[in-house]
Amino acid sequence: MSEAILDSGTQEAIEIDRSKGDFSYPESHKYDAGRGLSAATIDYICDVKEDPDWVRQFRHRALETFESKPMPTHWATKDLENIDFDIIRYYLSDGTKPTRSWDEVPDDIKETFERLGIPEQERAFLAGVEAQYDSEAAYSNVKEELEKDGVIFVNSTEGLKEYEEIFRPWFGKVIPTGDNKFSALNSAVFSGGSFIYVPKGVKVRHPLQAYFRINSENFGQFERTLIICDEGSEMTYMEGCTAPKFETATLHSAVVELVAMKDAKLQYITVQNWSSNVFNLVTKRGIAHENAEVRWIDCNIGSRLTMKYPGVVMKGRRARGEVISIALANSGQHQDTGAKMIHAADETTSNVVSKSISVGEGRSTYRGQVHIPKHLKGCRNNTECDALLINASSQTDTYPAITVRGNQHATQHEASVSQVSEEMLFYLQQRGLSEGEAMSLAVNGFVNDLVREFPMEYSVELKRLIELEMEGSVG
Amino acid sequence: MSLVITDLHAAIDGNEILRGLSLEVPKGEVHAIMGPNGSGKSTLSKVVAGHEDYEVTGGSVTMDGEDLLELEIDERSRAGLFLAFQYPAEVPGVTMANFIRAARQARLPEGEEIDAVAYYQELYQKMDQLGIDRKFTSRSVNEGFSGGEKKRNEVLQMMMLEPHYCLMDETDSGLDIDALKVVANGVNSMRSPERGFLVITHYQRLLDYIEPDHVHVLAKGQIVRSGGKELALELEQKGYDFLKEEVAVGG
Repeated sequence: MSEAILDSGTQEAIEIDRSKGDFSYPESHKYDAGRGLSAATIDYICDVKEDPDWVRQFRHRALETFESKPMPTHWATKDLENIDFDIIRYYLSDGTKPTRSWDEVPDDIKETFERLGIPEQERAFLAGVEAQYDSEAAYSNVKEELEKDGVIFVNSTEGLKEYEEIFRPWFGKVIPTGDNKFSALNSAVFSGGSFIYVPKGVKVRHPLQAYFRINSENFGQFERTLIICDEGSEMTYMEGCTAPKFETATLHSAVVELVAMKDAKLQYITVQNWSSNVFNLVTKRGIAHENAEVRWIDCNIGSRLTMKYPGVVMKGRRARGEVISIALANSGQHQDTGAKMIHAADETTSNVVSKSISVGEGRSTYRGQVHIPKHLKGCRNNTECDALLINASSQTDTYPAITVRGNQHATQHEASVSQVSEEMLFYLQQRGLSEGEAMSLAVNGFVNDLVREFPMEYSVELKRLIELEMEGSVG
Repeated sequence: MSLVITDLHAAIDGNEILRGLSLEVPKGEVHAIMGPNGSGKSTLSKVVAGHEDYEVTGGSVTMDGEDLLELEIDERSRAGLFLAFQYPAEVPGVTMANFIRAARQARLPEGEEIDAVAYYQELYQKMDQLGIDRKFTSRSVNEGFSGGEKKRNEVLQMMMLEPHYCLMDETDSGLDIDALKVVANGVNSMRSPERGFLVITHYQRLLDYIEPDHVHVLAKGQIVRSGGKELALELEQKGYDFLKEEVAVGG
């Protein structure tokens, strides 16, 4: 096994391989809340966005909560202390309204999206697009078919204004403002993100898709997404991220709330490839009502620190929750990910499958929380977490917390840590693959059963991303 | 045009296993190496293929004049050297079809892609020849394979990669007689004036089906006797014990 840590040249090569997301245009923001966070910042955001009063109050209360909560460094990494909230700009916008047709999108924004390959992807797969450029959606489009079915797919700003009667009862209910310091921050300054409502019985055949990217240095992106699948409906949402690299840290702190009503099926897919200076501190949770299903399929590549534990609260009988996740941590990166499964009704079922890969001096952490209270019966949980270490300096740690009370439940937990064996590498190389290619193939094999859960175009991209990350991991 | 091993010395963890081994396998010929356990048979194949656990402490290995010891493991492979492993590694999650395809792709010039249709046609045809079930293509490499399946798989890869020189390490071990015949037929179909074989085996049995041009006896890291195929029969009758006396006398 090679002991080489990435040298500067290799690191550079990896960064260059990220060039698809590594560009930015001169910024000309009509609205800029300035650096730092105060009540005045909140008012500025509310004024610009013309928020209704209830939202203004919500934001101000959230700011107080944010300020009163300590950093969770008693259990999380001390690296959080390096976030300087005073130099972050919390709101930027060029003031253009969300547009529905590609022709109406400003040229430089269009060029950015073209370089990200969005138009082709849309033609090929998308039923609707909600692409976030800085804080406002620059482009959004829902196909006629969906509109006919009454599916709402807009940004969160439009959602809270135009569809308040659907939006407001669930907003901040799945993830309360005070859930954690970063959900409070998001609640104070959120902008962008999606609001989706799928009416009763509607089965959306194509995945709805959103692209997010950050374009301004030191600009925290705080999108807020709320998805409601009404009784018996089905929907898949896909979210992909690329970001240009910056010299100073960037903060991304999203809140995503999912609601699956009785018999609904909701699947949320993320492939994320942040540049290695981004703090990615995301709160994602879903509620599954009776016989409903919420699945999180999550892939985390890149970022300086990712903290993300998608959760499902199984509130109705026979509800199901699932988290499938892949994390890849390269040198200078810490993927602190996992899942929260809260069983709150009889005969609920949860499944967690997590695979992590640590490369160079990268570190991956699994934190799992499974909660089954005593008064319930017939609950089941399965948790599998496997870690693959590529280099001698790679790190992994696992913190599973499974609380099961009562004796009418079934839980199962498996964890493994493995390495790509020397004999496997020798075998692959003897067939003509270079050491890097051999390592890539072995790593892709390790995650292959999970990659298959992603839609085709994502799984292809994922394999390519893994290959890029593995370059230079051997030497 | 030959694979030439000259006065090869190799050690693992400071223990010398190969002690001045010399051998020449010209293209078009099949050479068999026989020897007792611990004589250095498997070490020889690993050293020639470039396994990093072994340190070459002397001698040379050339393939058609090219210094193999200067090349990386994968470069030796792409230059035309194939090792059929005695104990092939498992590669979980990687399908056989993708694995062999990746190996073929590695042999193409930059920017050139494999023709998938032609690839599968060829793969299926060779699988049929070796009596391998079609489902095999979507199984993970060697994972859960029986001993016989692993050996057939090695020969399938050898047929798909069309090497110039084939090292076969105890390909007969773990095979029943029917599987042995199938595997031997596969190997025989590859025999050509353009290809050399070095067949390593403990037993004469394999050589009933893959008829060697030359037989060498390896003991204590050296070739102690060479001869025609009748030497294999002699070994079969006398066993390896008589060698000990010869080596003792010679040493």
